[in-house]
Parts: sequence; C-alpha cells; structure tokens
Amino acid sequence: MNEINTTTKPSILSIEDLSIAYDIDKYAVRNVSAKIEKNAITAIMGPSGCGKTTLLRAINRMHELYPNISTKGQIKLYDENIYDMSTIKLRRKIGMVFQRPNPFPTLSIYENVIAGYKLNGIHMKRSERDEIVETSLRDVTLWDEVKNSLHKKGTFLSGGQQQRLCVARALAFKPDVILLDEPTSALDPVSTAKIEDLLVELKKQYTIVLVTHNMSQAARISDNSMFMYLGELIEYEDTKTIFTKPKDPRTEGYLTGKFG
Amino acid sequence: MDQTNILIEKKEKEVLVDHFTGRKYKDRLFLSAVIFFSLITISFVFLIIGAMVLKGYHQINWSFFTQVAPDTFTAMMAKSSGQLIPGGIVNGITGSLYLVGLASLIAIPFGVLIGIYLYENSKKRYAAVIRDITDVLQGVPSIVVGLIVYLWVVVHITHGYSVLAGSVALSIMMLPLIIRSTEESLKMIPDTLKEAAIALGTPYYKVILRVLIPTSFSGLVTGILLAVSRILGETAPLMLTTLGNPAINWNITKPVSAVPLLIWQFYNDPNMVDLIWSSTLFLMGFVLILNLLSKWIAAKRRF
Repeated sequence: MNEINTTTKPSILSIEDLSIAYDIDKYAVRNVSAKIEKNAITAIMGPSGCGKTTLLRAINRMHELYPNISTKGQIKLYDENIYDMSTIKLRRKIGMVFQRPNPFPTLSIYENVIAGYKLNGIHMKRSERDEIVETSLRDVTLWDEVKNSLHKKGTFLSGGQQQRLCVARALAFKPDVILLDEPTSALDPVSTAKIEDLLVELKKQYTIVLVTHNMSQAARISDNSMFMYLGELIEYEDTKTIFTKPKDPRTEGYLTGKFG
Repeated sequence: MDQTNILIEKKEKEVLVDHFTGRKYKDRLFLSAVIFFSLITISFVFLIIGAMVLKGYHQINWSFFTQVAPDTFTAMMAKSSGQLIPGGIVNGITGSLYLVGLASLIAIPFGVLIGIYLYENSKKRYAAVIRDITDVLQGVPSIVVGLIVYLWVVVHITHGYSVLAGSVALSIMMLPLIIRSTEESLKMIPDTLKEAAIALGTPYYKVILRVLIPTSFSGLVTGILLAVSRILGETAPLMLTTLGNPAINWNITKPVSAVPLLIWQFYNDPNMVDLIWSSTLFLMGFVLILNLLSKWIAAKRRF
C-alpha cells in the first residue's frame, strides 16, 4: 500500500521507507515511500497530527530540531542521500517557507531577501546582491510593490507581502526544491490567491512541496497529492485522480469531510 | 393575601437595592484605598528626592565634579568660616565608573552566555540546576559576597584592597540579574524566527550571533542597564574589597573610592555632613537616568 510510485515523469526527490519516531516508539511518520515529481506541485494533505508537517520537515532535516527524534530510511535528492549531506548545504538546496510569515524584524526588505547569504557571511559584489534581490522579488511579484522601500524594515509589510518576502528569501539561494508548510493559513483570501498564483508560476523553475489543510487549495494548484493518515501514506496519486476516484475509503472519507 | 404579597415583594426589592448599593459602596471604598496607598508611596519618593535636592543643591557646582573629596581639616575650616565645603567627589565618580565598568566587562560575557545556555537547554536538568543556583546567588547578601571576595582576591591575588577585588564582587552581584534578563528576553523571540534562520542553512552559532542576539538586543541592554543601576549604590561589598582612596586611581591593584563609599565616609565625619546630600543627589540622579534610559530602550522593542 505504501509503495506508491504514481508517476513515470522525472522525479527529483525520492523518499525511501522513511520512518520518524518521537521518543522511542511514537511514530509520526511510518514507512513512507514516494517519489516527488520535478517541476510540479505536490500537496500533502491529512487531518491534524497525521505527520504531514513532520514528513515535510524531514525533507530538509528541520525535523531534527525536535528533541528525541529518530529517523530510519532515506531521502534522496537526485542520487544523494540527504542524511549523508551537511544540513547547511542541504538547506540551501531545499528552501522552506513557514506557516506564519517570519521575516527577520531587525533586517530591511533588501537584507531579508539576501538573509541566507548575509547570515552565512557570504560576501558578494554589490551588483550581484542587487541582482539577486531584484530577481527574487520579481519572481514573487513583490518587486513593484516594494522597489521604493527596499531599505525599510520587512515587518512593515502586510501579512501577504511578508509571506511573499519569505518565499523570495527562500528563492535567493536558487534552491532545487521549495517546501511550504501551510503557507496561506494565516492569510486573507486575496493574499492567499496571490500566493497560489505565484506557486503555479514558480513550478516552472522549482519543485514545490506543499502541506495544506485546505483541500480546495490542493485541488486548485497541485499536480500530485498525498493523503496521510496516522503517520502512514495512504494514497498518492495525481491530484485529479485522488479527488475524483480515491481508491482508499479513508481518503474518500477525508475528502468528503467525514473526518478531519 | 394580596397585601402580604406586595409587602414581601417590596421587602425583596429593598434587599436587592441594598445589596447593589452595598457593592457599589465597597467598590468605591476599595478604589479610594488603592488610590490613597499609592499616593502615599509616590509621595515618599517625592519627599526623598525633594529632601535631597533641597539639602544638596547648593553643594553641586563645577568643583563638585572636578575635585577630589576634601580632608576633614579643610572641611572644618571652611565650615567654621561659614563657606561651602571646597572640593568634590571626582575620586568617587571615577572610582564608581571604573568599578562598574570593569564589573560589567566581567559579568556581561558570562551572564549573556549563561543566559543563552539556559534558553537553549531550558528543559535539561543541568540547566534547571544552574537556574536554581542563579536564584540562590541573587539572594546572597551583598556583605557575604564582599567577604568571600575579600578572602579570595584581596588576600590571595592583589594582597591588599583593590579595584579588581571590588569589580569581582560587583560582577558577582550583577551576574544573576543579567543571566535572568538574557534568558527572559531570548524567550520572547518567536521560535519561527530561529527556524527561518536555520532553514536558510545557517550554522547554529551564527543563528545565535546574527539573529537571536540582534533581535533581543534591546532586551539585553535593558537588563544590563538595570543590573548596573542596581550595583551602582552597593556599599557593603566595596568596603571589604576596595576600601576607598582620597585620590583618583587607575591602578587595578590599588584601592579606589566610589560614590557610596564617600557617602559613608562623609556620614562618619561631622565636618563633611553637608557633602552627603549632594553625593546622594548625584547617585540618585545617575541611577534614575539609567533607569529611564533602560525604560526608553525597552519601549523601542519591536515585539
């Protein structure tokens, strides 16, 4: 049931028999195997506590920040096992956007975009920096709104703008994959729509993995969808199939609102 | 029948009204008591400041900040001819700044680092032990700190009263304040900010140096300023460690004076009583400014 390889399209990440446990035997993720399609949006759905956020965080090893965590299995980025890579290098290749917009309050908009370079002490020429900031902000369609206030603090922006700034910050390293953990759950409908449009646009250049509570969001923008329940990957299909002809009764129950 | 019913109703109404007016009355009584006692407290503050200003202002002049404390003979001569006591407290001011500066240099790095450790490992047992010990340290009477530092530093290191000994004593008194305020102001940073930095592939020590500390900077500075203003008036530990000095001294192994030490010295000398008030006024003003400064910085905190 868990060995689901829906797609013959090129994949970028391959999760192989991944189990993550808190303490000794409290499994948050249990024997999950899946391949993530390149240049596509993959949505992870499921009720609260089903392990979807843990799975997402496992992809750039952010889950290791939790105490007493143990991980079995592997995740391969192209052909390299991410658990053999340094977390620093890995997190530059796999960026992350969080549930709540979290720009650095001490930094300006400009500095927030290149925060990844700045915090790591990577020095660049001014022209290079300017270019990264401009392209990243253009990619998230924020450039026209902020180009005259680049040196103001990022926290002056609206919630939706802050979240796009956070996406821009993740894009600045030109990562292979962008992970988003319910990126619109703290935003109003207009800002949500903007982020969704943005993600559809971004998948041309990047691979996107998205955790969402919002089924209609998954239906609107994702190409493939996973349904997780109690730490297990129940069903993984292309989005159209999973929403129209779910194979597992639990998936159907969740999608029709019987539980969740 | 009807009559009695009406009577009963009337009675009930009265009880109800009584009940409400009773509550209102209690409420007013309580409010006026609160206002009364807070006014008393505030008026004490103003009385203290007022007394100091009235008694001390005429001694505050240029020489007060530029000359060392006079000896008792000069003071007596000036007093008997009805003049102001010449001289000032510059040996105390420089000594206080020297002591507090050196104490800060010792206490801030230790305090901030221990605070960061407690924040990062808040659930570990070792951290809980350190936190408890910090609380104990905060409760140690300052005279005891002075005595211990006397035994350790005065007797064994500088072989005599010294700036070093005084600074060590003051830094021990500052430590718990800085540790706790560092931990508390780091706790106010949302975890998501830390995660944002880690998700950008930032090594952990850089997350601390470039995200946590800058973000909680105003909180850290506030805590340090409050600790400084707390130890500025410490007298007991200084008596046992740095004693006092009639001249300005910059030698770390030699004794130095401090404003609170001078106040004690003036108090013991009937000829110099007048200088007490101007010195306390100065000390109080300095502490007040530090307090206001830390409040101002705290208000600028971004979240």
